[in-house]
Amino acid sequence: MRRGRQALLGWLYATPTAVFVVALFAIPLLLVIKMSVSRWPLLTGDQGINAPANFEKAVDHRFFTDSVVFTIKYTVLATVLLLVLGLGLALLVQESSRWNNLLRASFLIPSALGLASASLLFYVFYSPYASPLKPLMDSWGFTFLGSPNAALFSTTFLIVWRYAGFYMVLMLVGLQGIPADVFEAARSDGATRWQTFWRVTMPLLRPTLALTTVLCVTGSLLAFEQFYILTKGGPDNSTITVVQLIYSVAFQGQNDLGVAAAISVIVLVALVVINALQLRAFRSEES
Amino acid sequence: MRGILGRRTALRSLAGVLVATLTFGVAACGGDDSAGTDAAEAGPNGVDDGSELTLWTRAPLEKQAKLLVDAYNASHKNQVKLTVVPNDDYVAKVGAAAGSSGLPDLFAADIVYVPNWVNQGLFQDLSKNIDGLGFKDSINKGHLSAGTVDGKAHVLPFVLDLSMLFWNKQLFKEAGLDPEKAPATLEEYAAAAKKVQALKKDGVYGTAAGLNCGGCLVFTWFPSIWAGGGEVLSADGKSSELAGDTAQKVYSTWQDLWKSGAVLPSSSGETGPTWTAAFTEGKVGLMFYPATLLSSTPFDAGVAGIPGPGGGASTFVGGDGIGVSKDSKKAAQAWNFLSWMMSEEAQVEVLAKNKDVVSRSDLAGNKYAAADPRLVTINEVAGKGDTPVAMNFQQAFNAPNSPWLTLVRNQVLEGKTGDLQKDNEEITAVLGQ
Repeated sequence: MRRGRQALLGWLYATPTAVFVVALFAIPLLLVIKMSVSRWPLLTGDQGINAPANFEKAVDHRFFTDSVVFTIKYTVLATVLLLVLGLGLALLVQESSRWNNLLRASFLIPSALGLASASLLFYVFYSPYASPLKPLMDSWGFTFLGSPNAALFSTTFLIVWRYAGFYMVLMLVGLQGIPADVFEAARSDGATRWQTFWRVTMPLLRPTLALTTVLCVTGSLLAFEQFYILTKGGPDNSTITVVQLIYSVAFQGQNDLGVAAAISVIVLVALVVINALQLRAFRSEES
Repeated sequence: MRGILGRRTALRSLAGVLVATLTFGVAACGGDDSAGTDAAEAGPNGVDDGSELTLWTRAPLEKQAKLLVDAYNASHKNQVKLTVVPNDDYVAKVGAAAGSSGLPDLFAADIVYVPNWVNQGLFQDLSKNIDGLGFKDSINKGHLSAGTVDGKAHVLPFVLDLSMLFWNKQLFKEAGLDPEKAPATLEEYAAAAKKVQALKKDGVYGTAAGLNCGGCLVFTWFPSIWAGGGEVLSADGKSSELAGDTAQKVYSTWQDLWKSGAVLPSSSGETGPTWTAAFTEGKVGLMFYPATLLSSTPFDAGVAGIPGPGGGASTFVGGDGIGVSKDSKKAAQAWNFLSWMMSEEAQVEVLAKNKDVVSRSDLAGNKYAAADPRLVTINEVAGKGDTPVAMNFQQAFNAPNSPWLTLVRNQVLEGKTGDLQKDNEEITAVLGQ
């Protein structure tokens, strides 16, 4: 009797979470999987199963390979920059001194801005028409979004500006989790700063590095807003990310939710595999 | 979304009463299922009984839509509630609403998307009502035929937007050009742009174009090809003829202009939002520009049809068509708005008064047009213009990564003129899908 009541209570406690997980994750996921194996034009809805035609169309799409290559390129660039900068900033503001609170706050402030708002801000900033940097652009004959590489670097700059503070905080938490006596021991053993960093700080920071890498890689592979607002995939289709391809297949012309869902499923599988590999890599070094 | 129904049953069986209550809340937002009245049964003027109607349109036509809706609401019991959606999000919003049977009573669509949307059944058949209009033959043909499938008309012209050649008379005067005379050919157009550029005024350029905006280029360069006697699409809209001789002359003229530095530099990356801004601010000598902006152009501008290589004049009869959606339960009331919109009262006292183009040729010589000769020019050129019809127009031309954009950029900016046939075939491939 009592056990039955406890079980019931347990179910009751778990229900709210379960409801949200089912309603906001499991059901949309099943819906996307169903879409990916159905003929599903945007304007007319479900027209029945047609597997695996959507996946063939997805892989044959004229921007599929380009977008995968570009997304990986962007991910590598953004991850390296963000992690190095995040760690560097964290080391810089780690010691408590008079100016550090101000520094920490100023690095973190961009994170308070939504990514879409930040992108709009930079859209104006980069615009060769409305930007305050217009005289500079005119005299150098250069535009921030005018060539494929410039567009990639300009967008990456926005991302670094927006997220460096966030990764700094994560790194800072990791750094402060390292006991002070380890550093003391290293110092009394005569280790240089460099040695302390490589032999003490880095190994003890591994869980934090794993977390930040997974976050950063996943976020970058799913990049959308910044490119949608700043470049719209241009110039000359050179900055189309995979998620942008999904959006454009679904809503900008082809209007085919089936093919868009097929690409989404491919991305999902790729993400699961990539994250599994990353976690494994960090764990195996640990043991 | 369509999935709400499936979601509802699945959830209820999964988590009992709590969840069911939650989803009933969702379902309650979904609208009623009562059968509506047919537009045709309601007589020539529809029904004006104080219903609330919903109307969606896209942002570029906000001004005209607001004027029309305000004038209608002031003189009718029915009240129209206007929703203006950003241009880039419009298709996504309509698509999502169509899939969940949540379309508004009335919605406007970019006229180049109308053939596809009518074909997908998003609009109700209005042919009986439209046939009942005494002035049916004077309604703009391009818009009417874009919305006609199997002889049944579904769509009326909401706002006509024509592309015209606009020039800044002040800058023309300074450059030693005749401010009262429009360049008669595309070659003269290029020469005038270079002359304005040669003024070397700070921030002033000869001409401008939305070179990273497929829709802008369709709107402004197709007429140039038509004016020169060329074609852009085959009659059935399934293959592209954008590699023709006239088209090539248009591309090479613009390539030369771009190389000479007479084109506003930001044009190369312009994706659409600000493609007309520099001209409106008086910083561009002449450009192909939308006629809907005539009333908001603050300085003295000349207006003429768009010339082609060697002469001629044409225009792209763009803008939006409007119809009653498949989901409307108030078709008779919606028709009341549409029949009023086509009346002389709305066309002349609302649209023409705001210096917009009327969609009925029998009203082209109205009193407001007579007062501004530029409106007469626009109305005259409207008759020479064209509206291309193709099912996959959006994907082939307007989409940010459309093959048309690749073609133009290769021809004008990248100097890859050898790719013309290949790029043109890519357009045909998309059109034929």
